[in-house]
Amino acid sequence: MNRIGYYIREGVDSIFNHGLISFTTICVILACLLIMGSFASVAVNVNHIIGNLEDQVSILAFVDEKWTEQEARSLEKEIMAIDNVAAVTFVTRSQALDEFLQQQEDSPLFDEVEPTILRDRYLVYLKDVGLMAGTQNRLSEIPGIASVNAHLGIAQGMVAVRRIVNVVSVVMIALLMVVSVFIMANTLRLAAFTRRNEVAIVRMIGATNSFIRGPFNVEGMILGLTGSLIAYLAQWLIYITVTGRIAASSLSFLEIVPFSVLALPMLACFLAIGLLVAIFGSRIAIRNYMRI
Amino acid sequence: MISLEHVYKSYENGTPAIEDVSFAMDDGEFAFLVGPSGSGKTTIIKLLTGEIASTEGRVVVNGYDMGTISRRRLPALRRTLGVIFQDFRLIDNRNVYENVALAMHVYGARNSEIKKRVPYVLGLVGLEGRMRDMPKELSGGEQQRVAIARALANNPRTIIADEPTGNIDPELSAELMKLLSKISEQGTTMLVVTHEHDLVNQFAKRVIRIVNGRLASDSKGWYQA
Repeated sequence: MNRIGYYIREGVDSIFNHGLISFTTICVILACLLIMGSFASVAVNVNHIIGNLEDQVSILAFVDEKWTEQEARSLEKEIMAIDNVAAVTFVTRSQALDEFLQQQEDSPLFDEVEPTILRDRYLVYLKDVGLMAGTQNRLSEIPGIASVNAHLGIAQGMVAVRRIVNVVSVVMIALLMVVSVFIMANTLRLAAFTRRNEVAIVRMIGATNSFIRGPFNVEGMILGLTGSLIAYLAQWLIYITVTGRIAASSLSFLEIVPFSVLALPMLACFLAIGLLVAIFGSRIAIRNYMRI
Repeated sequence: MISLEHVYKSYENGTPAIEDVSFAMDDGEFAFLVGPSGSGKTTIIKLLTGEIASTEGRVVVNGYDMGTISRRRLPALRRTLGVIFQDFRLIDNRNVYENVALAMHVYGARNSEIKKRVPYVLGLVGLEGRMRDMPKELSGGEQQRVAIARALANNPRTIIADEPTGNIDPELSAELMKLLSKISEQGTTMLVVTHEHDLVNQFAKRVIRIVNGRLASDSKGWYQA
């Protein structure tokens, strides 16, 4: 406890003794986390919007026209038994015709059309749009299903966009984390350099590596957490401002994730990243001074 | 307790620094380690503090065999030693009290102990009134006395003083040496490295003389450079 108190005192003293270095470190963490946070926010929202669109994507499974409505309805269980099926809606021939006529704005040209020319059908909603092709095959294999209509191109497009956004975000976040660790390490290395005589002296009077590292770890952690907290508040402000502008613009149809949903995970991620960056940064910074 | 048995040390380029050096010091013994510049005195100090390892032979310090000691155990050995350097090696941005207290923090001493012990050891070296002063506000002699207080802080079994009078006035040197001698009388093994033969000759102590990396003599009394 005594030693922890000593580390804290030394770490805090060092932050103020090397004010400019400390300020730079906080700014670096702030900038990196803001960029990371912005990428993550965009990724979350793109995922959310695509997810919403995907929920609306469905496969049309047409029932053989020789089957009665009752027989057609009995297929629901079999369709629901397919793994990737989230929900099904049965549409009768009459309902299908009504919808069709509505689209034709009740044009007199179709007045004489009978529902029997259409088929009963199922609207099949999927759990994972990426597996649409497989589900389409499974549906076609069900006896009584005459044909299956799936927009594979749209589904693949959505999956591709989602993947690209996710990969770009993960790569950017990973890169920025590495950059942050090295910038943090370099700024702390400056602090370590200014204290190299002190480190050499305490080592000669019997300090263990953990004793030497202690104040640097505390310094790094305080800087990391401070940078994270400021970045979190700034990210909050930016998010609210940007989403407010979107809501007031022609893009208002986009369903944006409210900040309240992101707040806790984002805070936890920022603090964890800030701490990780600080710990790795300080380890790298004093590595050279650890040789006995 | 210090013991060197047939110790050799060569540097990476093959230059021998010391060859076949053997001597031992009992607990509480006082000895001067003397010799001209480049004779190998500093190499012996580095072997004793674990900064370097011998090429051949056995070095034992306070029960630690320096040939087999692990890096992890090295701090424990160093805590049994008090080292005094020619250039004092005080931390500039800490005051006298903090410089001495640091050695006790390293040792893991409690704050209450530190508060008691630091004024006590500073009193032993006559600096109880200068606790809040920064090292730069002190004379060379005073700075060296702070370094002695720091070395004494953890009540070490052995003190190694490397040219402790090298950077201070000659008239203060004898006084400082008397202080080290007094400390030794309390049971601390004291190895003082110096090349000031006049100073050595004022004290009838054991003199270990190294010349060209070899033990030239080991006797009580005085020596001629």
